[in-house]
Amino acid sequence: MATLKLTDIKKQFGTTQVLHGVDLNVAEGEMIVIVGASGCGKSTLLRIVAGLEFATSGQVDIGGQDVTGLDPAERDVAMVFQNYALYPHMSVFQNMAYGLKIRRMAPEDIRKRVAQAAALLGIEALLERRPRELSGGQRQRVAMGRAIVREPKLFLFDEPLSNLDAKLRVQMRAEIKRLQRRLGVTSLFVTHDQVEAMTLGDRLVVMHQGHAAQVATPMEIWSRPADTYVASFIGSPAMNFLPGTMEGGAVRLDLGLKLHLPATPALADGHKVTLGIRPEHLCPGAGGITMNLELLEPLGSETVAHGRLPDGTELTARLPGEVTTEGPLSLLLPSEHLHLFDAATGKRIGA
Amino acid sequence: MSRPAPASHLFRGTALPWLLLLPQLVITALFFFWPAGQAVWQSLLREDAFGLRSEFVGLENFADVLADPTWLAAFGRTLLFSGSVASLALVSALFLAVQADRNIRGASVFKTLLIWPYAVAPAVAAVLWLFMFHPNIGIFGRMLNAAGIAWDYKLNGDQAMLLVIVASAWKQVSYNFIFFLAGLQSIPKSVLEAAAIDGASPRYRFWTVVFPLLSPTAFFLLVVNLVYAFFDTFGVIHALTQGGPGKATETLIYRVYTDGVVNLNLGSSAAQSVILMVLVVGLTFMQFRYVERRVHY
Ligand SMILES: Nc1ncnc2c1ncn2[C@@H]1O[C@H](COP(=O)(O)OP(=O)(O)OP(=O)(O)O)[C@@H](O)[C@H]1O
Ligand SMILES: [Mg+2]
Repeated sequence: MATLKLTDIKKQFGTTQVLHGVDLNVAEGEMIVIVGASGCGKSTLLRIVAGLEFATSGQVDIGGQDVTGLDPAERDVAMVFQNYALYPHMSVFQNMAYGLKIRRMAPEDIRKRVAQAAALLGIEALLERRPRELSGGQRQRVAMGRAIVREPKLFLFDEPLSNLDAKLRVQMRAEIKRLQRRLGVTSLFVTHDQVEAMTLGDRLVVMHQGHAAQVATPMEIWSRPADTYVASFIGSPAMNFLPGTMEGGAVRLDLGLKLHLPATPALADGHKVTLGIRPEHLCPGAGGITMNLELLEPLGSETVAHGRLPDGTELTARLPGEVTTEGPLSLLLPSEHLHLFDAATGKRIGA
Repeated sequence: MSRPAPASHLFRGTALPWLLLLPQLVITALFFFWPAGQAVWQSLLREDAFGLRSEFVGLENFADVLADPTWLAAFGRTLLFSGSVASLALVSALFLAVQADRNIRGASVFKTLLIWPYAVAPAVAAVLWLFMFHPNIGIFGRMLNAAGIAWDYKLNGDQAMLLVIVASAWKQVSYNFIFFLAGLQSIPKSVLEAAAIDGASPRYRFWTVVFPLLSPTAFFLLVVNLVYAFFDTFGVIHALTQGGPGKATETLIYRVYTDGVVNLNLGSSAAQSVILMVLVVGLTFMQFRYVERRVHY
């Protein structure tokens, strides 16, 4: 158990800059989920924390100690890989005992520790098997077991669930959360799945092209996204964006409609903005924007309606119950659910 | 009613399959079974000194060979020679493969350079080594002598043995290297990273993860190298030392040649080659058994 502090981590592979200065402070026992699109540098960041990759500049502190230049062996962290990376020629027991043996723990203690971890994960019956004799889910558990027997300062997970089928993924997700709570080990968890991110993380780091676009709790990221990228990445279906211009403290949509905001932003008239609203916050009613329906996806309790505005902008709405209308649909944009972004920078404006 | 014939009835009768197999069967028969059969038959005969008549002597040739102290000495020498060639070729190939794997960017240059020896004919390879280590005209031979070491593999049996071992091993390194490199590259990088995170030093990682994962490859190569040292080193020995000085580098395969072609003792020579044949079949058999049993991932 330890804190983790990343200071201005930059990483270059040859001439490509992959990380552009990432800062992060992780409290003891906290579960941080790093989420972002493929290729944004999540794994690279994790590997820099593990010591498998060295940052071009910046500092990594684990438990208050500067470990920037240390080898993985000296960092006392454990990692669960996407492909599990079990030692194929060793039994499950040997896989779990490997790190303990290196630490010269007495065989009796090793057996006790492995048995404990195996019991925690429900893999006692598999200890004599080799990895190839295990199912994907069982391998996943063994990889977890190998990480927890070491009682490391830090758990690192690199998309550990992405090779599992949907049902098992949900189950393991809950299990990882439960284990992490129970053991209280500081953890970094990389995923590109936003549901996984929202459900697992105490806080999320949303990465975008080598930057940490936002670091906050899941709810905060959902309700107050820092920019249009985060807004569109978190939440499903993605947030709708409508271009507009400031006009007397309100927003004049390019469509013509004028919308008042709960708080008046300090922006000059004529400033270009982007207005965001989540599909679930649009509600049918007269006097709003008009959507030409293209596709209805009935999900039972709700219906997802896809369509276009008169100017061709795509719009998605989540409407309660069954929708039977065809043709144009008028939708209201409740002001308390509006998100305002600067059109030029994409950054959130105001509260 | 006619329906298309199922695949198994594609070839009516058995004539066509046999016809298609015929070229391969003819080649195998002509170049393997016939000479092998001849050798077995010869090994049961004894010719008179002029090669005019031969009589059937049963297993007498074998009894004579196995009781001959010089043959037994050659057998011991062959074990030493083959063991040394195989271990030298394996260890140096493994070392080179690990270096190439570590720095995969330079590996293609590395690979090309290392594959060359394999393409060189045994006799040419031997001449190459001869030019390097000849006591009078070889660069290294002269350097050794200049340094005060009495180097002359034409007089010193141990030096001769050393030279044929090194030259034979050198030719086999490239083959082993390719297999080891392929083996190393098939080990997932994440497994080694997991070991590093588990706290293993590079050396400990090599012995506890890399080496065990390479062991099936290593065993396969061991058998191939032993077979090579037993049978395919005739050219190297013939060009470098002709089995001498004395009998210092006379291995079993070389002795088959001396007894059969030089001394014209066909019966004994044939018996010896049958024994060699049994040895290689044994080695191959062991290999299959081992590979079946040990491939555990
Ligand atoms: N060893 C390397 N050499 C060169 N470029 C690399 C190397 N490793 C990663 N990259 C590049 O760095 C960028 C970030 O890679 P990284 O693996 O961190 O992405 P990621 O966010 O984990 O993506 P994914 O979700 O697909 O796993 C990618 O553009 C990748 O091509
Ligand atoms: Mg990744």
